[in-house]
Amino acid sequence: MAIEAYSGDGWLLTKLEQLINWGRKRSPWPLPYGTACCGIEMMAALASGYDMARFGAERPSFSPRQADVLIEAGTITKKMVPILKRIYDQMAEPKWVIAMGACACSGGVFRTYSTLQGIDKVIPVDVYVPGCPPRPEGLLYALLKLIEKIEKDHPLHKKAVLLKGELQHGTQR
Amino acid sequence: MALKDSVSRLLQNDLIALEESAGCIFAEVPKDKIVSCLSSLRDELGFNFLSDIVGVDNSALYEAKAKKAKKKKDKEGEENETPEPERPALPRFEVIYLLLNPDTNERLQVRIRVPEDDLKVQSITSLWKGANWPERECFDMFGIRFEGHPYLRRLLMWDEFPAHPLRKDYPLEGMGEERHLIYEPEGEGHWT
Amino acid sequence: MGPVKQRIASEDYVTINVGPSHPAMHGTLRAIAYVSGETVLGTDLEIGYLHRGVEKLGENLTYHQFIPITDRLNYCSAIANNVAYEMAVEKLMGVEVPVKAQLIRIIMTELSRIADHIVLVGILGVDLGAFTPFFYLFIQREEIYEIFEWYNGARLTNTFGRIGGVESDLPEDFETRWHELKKGLEKAIDETDKLLTHNRIWMDRTIGVTPISAEDALSWGFTGPCLRACGVKRDLRKDEPYSLYSQFDFDVPTGKHGDVFDRYMIRMIEMQESMKIIDQAFDLYKQLGPNEPLMAKVPKIIKPPEGEVYHAIESPNGELGFYIKSDGTDKPYRIKIRPPCYMIFQAFDELIQGEMISDLIACLSSLNIIAGELDR
Repeated sequence: MAIEAYSGDGWLLTKLEQLINWGRKRSPWPLPYGTACCGIEMMAALASGYDMARFGAERPSFSPRQADVLIEAGTITKKMVPILKRIYDQMAEPKWVIAMGACACSGGVFRTYSTLQGIDKVIPVDVYVPGCPPRPEGLLYALLKLIEKIEKDHPLHKKAVLLKGELQHGTQR
Repeated sequence: MALKDSVSRLLQNDLIALEESAGCIFAEVPKDKIVSCLSSLRDELGFNFLSDIVGVDNSALYEAKAKKAKKKKDKEGEENETPEPERPALPRFEVIYLLLNPDTNERLQVRIRVPEDDLKVQSITSLWKGANWPERECFDMFGIRFEGHPYLRRLLMWDEFPAHPLRKDYPLEGMGEERHLIYEPEGEGHWT
Repeated sequence: MGPVKQRIASEDYVTINVGPSHPAMHGTLRAIAYVSGETVLGTDLEIGYLHRGVEKLGENLTYHQFIPITDRLNYCSAIANNVAYEMAVEKLMGVEVPVKAQLIRIIMTELSRIADHIVLVGILGVDLGAFTPFFYLFIQREEIYEIFEWYNGARLTNTFGRIGGVESDLPEDFETRWHELKKGLEKAIDETDKLLTHNRIWMDRTIGVTPISAEDALSWGFTGPCLRACGVKRDLRKDEPYSLYSQFDFDVPTGKHGDVFDRYMIRMIEMQESMKIIDQAFDLYKQLGPNEPLMAKVPKIIKPPEGEVYHAIESPNGELGFYIKSDGTDKPYRIKIRPPCYMIFQAFDELIQGEMISDLIACLSSLNIIAGELDR
């Protein structure tokens, strides 16, 4: 609470902000949530050859409570929506989301009765990766973009947005 | 065709039609005789492997055919006034059982027709255990009820889904259904 | 309340929910396991979490437009799906595909079979705690994907072939590249074999786990490696030889007990058999001139005659069949896909009864359930 009291851009906080961001950007632990074809390419990105651990995504965290980045790889059907929402809610702040593949971004080729047309309808997305499925390099690039974003973020900013209620499908508080 | 002969000899009066399409043999039997027909095919002709069960909604096909026939009639009607005899309408749905004889590698497709006002078919889960999910899927997608099925519930869509999506009158992009999470009343700790 | 829960209602049990998002679940399946101590009394299965409406989509697309959708059924071996669909449409139209196109199809299908089996063996290892084979094998799988990419520009979802043939010839030094790949593959399979097959822990975890008898397997509709593991010698490439498979010399391995170990061994042997087939296919391919036709004469807009067809091929998982009903227009009237693991996964409750909770994961892995083709 003491830090929040200094929420102006004071000297102390600017430096602290950099320190926190430096820590965060070096260890974006992913929650690999592969539902369909993109999950196979995500496996390739995690395995030898592409080795996503180089960028700090060292430990695939299958428990949402220890994860920072939700990599949503694959189609989300309407039947799956409540589960995705719950997984996102279980993740602790700060959290980010990468939507991997055309299905996660926009529904892709599956414009049908049972497919959700883009996961940004239910959870906020930070980085979109196009492709059906994207190459592993695409996912690595997305992770680098996310690191860039974390670097620019204000550590308290995200929370402030949530408190104002601007984020529509955020966590329940 | 030896297979055609033996099928027609076995089913005799129960056989409504026996046709061949692109090398596949389709036998049509009455809806209420399906269990006895399939069990005699299994036990006497060796068709003891069930590949799958296919449901088809023929309503759009009949509509298109009727339209075509009407157009033709209108054209011809100017010259020729004799009306064609009206044929009785075929039932809307059909269910096709894909059978296989693993010893001789012959395949046989058995078809039944299911009218819209009587969507009840006898379940064949007593003959093949593997008929369980295909029948559930057929119920989910077309609304055909299989009597005697141990657990007839939606398979692919969620339980509260209001429609049967593979029917021809259901739009491809759906009607805006959404799934909401509900807890089981007993509080078993898992979702329905 | 599921039937399993009713059956065990009188017993003392704890419910464990495995899936739909679970580290050991392949994709989006859900098994509600009822356990007493460590013993599984039964499981209620819930599928459909990846139901994308493929069959309905097929009714609204033209015949050629549906080929990319078939990629996304079994995404571990997309090419086998493409070929199965194309062959079904060709059978409906009565088209004879040129020999060269058939050979290219066989080469690519067998390559994708190897890639699929690699995924299974690697993931089965990971699920049972052996991480090293995964890395050995996945390097080779990456090579296979590079070959696919070299041929048609996509790694995973290849959209291989067209109705009536294939779109392009193999690249010039494809065969040399295959021989290089073969060396690496043989080495990786050999290493995996040494690491796993006679490993004490591996044997304890797999031998005698979740066996099924041949009669039960046939009644449930098992096909492919899972059926062969029970001792039934049934392979559509031998029994209903489609394409040019009758000209090739290869063995169909069978197991005895139908347990996890047998399913694993069948896949290991089948990878080697597939390599044999590819070698023979290249021998035939070399005899053909460079100007042999790749496409049969088909119209640009595919309009098969009115009728119905069911055609099945031996995909890496088993019998993959397509039922297509045509009403004479440029769009199929009804497409029904018969995915192999759909019928296999039904039997999961029967397989797992009375086994330990840790064997649930081993069993699931060995069945190779791909959510994409399971739910369609």
